[in-house]
Amino acid sequence: MNKTLNQKAWFFVIPVFVLVAFNAAVPLMTVVNYSFQETFGSNVFAWEGTRWFKEILHSERFHASLGRQVIFTFIILLIQLPLGIGIALTMPKKGWGVPVCLILMSMPLLIPWNVVGAMWNIFALPDIGFLGNSLNSIGFDYNFTQQSGDAWFTTILMDVWHWTSLVVLLSYAGLNSIQPAYYQAAEIDGASRWDIFRYIELPKMKKVLTLAILLRFMDSFMIYTEPFVLTGGGPGNATNFLSLDLVKMALGQFDLGPAAAMSLIYFLIVLLICWIFYTIMMKDEGRA
Amino acid sequence: MAKITLKNLSHSYVSKQNSNEDWALRDINIDWKDGGAYALLGPSGCGKTTLLNIISGLLRPTKGEVLFNDKDMTSLNPVERDIAQIFQFPVIYDTMTVYDNLAFPLKNRGLSEIEIDTKVKEIGEMLELTSTLHNKAAGLTADGKQKISLGRGLVRSDVNVIMFDEPLTVIDPHLKWVLRSKLKELHQKINRTMIYVTHDQIEALTFADQVVVMHEGQIVQTGTPVELFEKPKHTFVGHFIGSPGMNILPCDIKNGQITFEGKILPNKINTMKNNFKITQVGIRPEFINFSKDGIEVKIKRVSDTGRHKVVDVECRSGNIKILANSSTKIPSGSAHISFDQKYTYAYGDNWIIE
Repeated sequence: MNKTLNQKAWFFVIPVFVLVAFNAAVPLMTVVNYSFQETFGSNVFAWEGTRWFKEILHSERFHASLGRQVIFTFIILLIQLPLGIGIALTMPKKGWGVPVCLILMSMPLLIPWNVVGAMWNIFALPDIGFLGNSLNSIGFDYNFTQQSGDAWFTTILMDVWHWTSLVVLLSYAGLNSIQPAYYQAAEIDGASRWDIFRYIELPKMKKVLTLAILLRFMDSFMIYTEPFVLTGGGPGNATNFLSLDLVKMALGQFDLGPAAAMSLIYFLIVLLICWIFYTIMMKDEGRA
Repeated sequence: MAKITLKNLSHSYVSKQNSNEDWALRDINIDWKDGGAYALLGPSGCGKTTLLNIISGLLRPTKGEVLFNDKDMTSLNPVERDIAQIFQFPVIYDTMTVYDNLAFPLKNRGLSEIEIDTKVKEIGEMLELTSTLHNKAAGLTADGKQKISLGRGLVRSDVNVIMFDEPLTVIDPHLKWVLRSKLKELHQKINRTMIYVTHDQIEALTFADQVVVMHEGQIVQTGTPVELFEKPKHTFVGHFIGSPGMNILPCDIKNGQITFEGKILPNKINTMKNNFKITQVGIRPEFINFSKDGIEVKIKRVSDTGRHKVVDVECRSGNIKILANSSTKIPSGSAHISFDQKYTYAYGDNWIIE
């Protein structure tokens, strides 16, 4: 075997290394660096060890925003998944209705997130917003800027409007990949509509739904822009989700050390949940 | 169990039909006996799956009637028709066990647990699935899955007809033989009407007592494998069945006489009709012999397949294939050939003239 040794190929990898270093490794390591030190600006640092981590883990403020975050994510998954699947099932499979539905469904996904927040802010204003005004005029006492229940309701409604389409599009793709023979066989076997959903459609959608749940979990768990524009975390701390709280701590109070520790904990929580979730969902795949 | 009659059946997938090409099926008339094994044979796109789906009730025909035991079934759905169908790709319910897959059609028809259990076990044994009965169906190999599809069709004792739509397409070649003989064996055991759709002539000819050959939405011939081989009624049957297919060559037909290569063939035909658009003579490669005199040909190529030799020759009207025994001495250069009169047919506009 006479292979010429040529190490020049390494040069081709350098741009990727540089890129990854700048957009992931360096920022992450900076955060790690901050999380173990105290700084008062002008580049003066003092070693603090694990103090910030201990503080964050025992802080009631962190527990509260984590709790709000978990409840929020849980509620929107509970609404968006069944709703998304339901809409996908009723969408037409051929004809002019297909492009119309697909375009309508993609619209919310194409709107910039801060615009979504601003739109819903105006839409829900109790005095001049269409939603807020209508709710008040039919007898509800609705004011999302002052009542925490209303703030939650509006935030969840906004997220459902913004992101259910993603679940719809993924489910629709999953449904369309099912061979017609499955439906014909089920018809011959005398299966009911529910049986078809339970035994054919749902199992065949498993992969896209896993993806949908993962994406929706991650995105909603890290939600920032829309509630920032809509409620700013208020009223009080009612909709102060994890990332909002983190930004307040880091940029509002300039507590860089604790904020860095919180980011790392936050990051590990997301990673851990995704991993657990993925492992459970893919448990049977090896055998299939 | 049922005998199946199709009356003047036509089907089109377009709403307005202007020409023959708009029809997926044209004027299908079939009488199938109860308990028979039939095959629908034809190339892709000839309409055989359409016909099958009309019989099963998944499609409504544009025109014509479907009768089971002389009862009109045309507007009934597959459940009401009580039929079973096995598809090209194995259709299984992934999340269920093999047992539950087989039990599913019975459960939907409200049978008792005990009845279901005996039936499923019986079918499981017949298809050699007993050892995997409680495994998840999704974990099986392609042929295992196809056996489950087969089992779901066979498990109901009351079905009128079992239909197979190219069921062995995804099966490995060596398992094809096993499953094919299994099907034949099952047919003899349970004695139900079975319809088998395929584009593979070997599959059709080994499975069925009667083969229906389809071409461009029409039935061109129905017959036993031997009939299809010995006397093709349409030039399509001639070259679709057999390997190599029938030689079909231009000839003149006038006043009941066939003139080929300037020679009058001894065959007698009972038509004085002279106005065919295309006139052809057909002879299978198996029925051509080398002779002292006769049609003059040039030998172009000899390929020895071991069991016999395929000889390509050329005459003025075109190329002819000859199948000769391995031991036959093939002359080189030019030679004379003669056709076995018994198996030489004349075709006018592609249909046989007798």
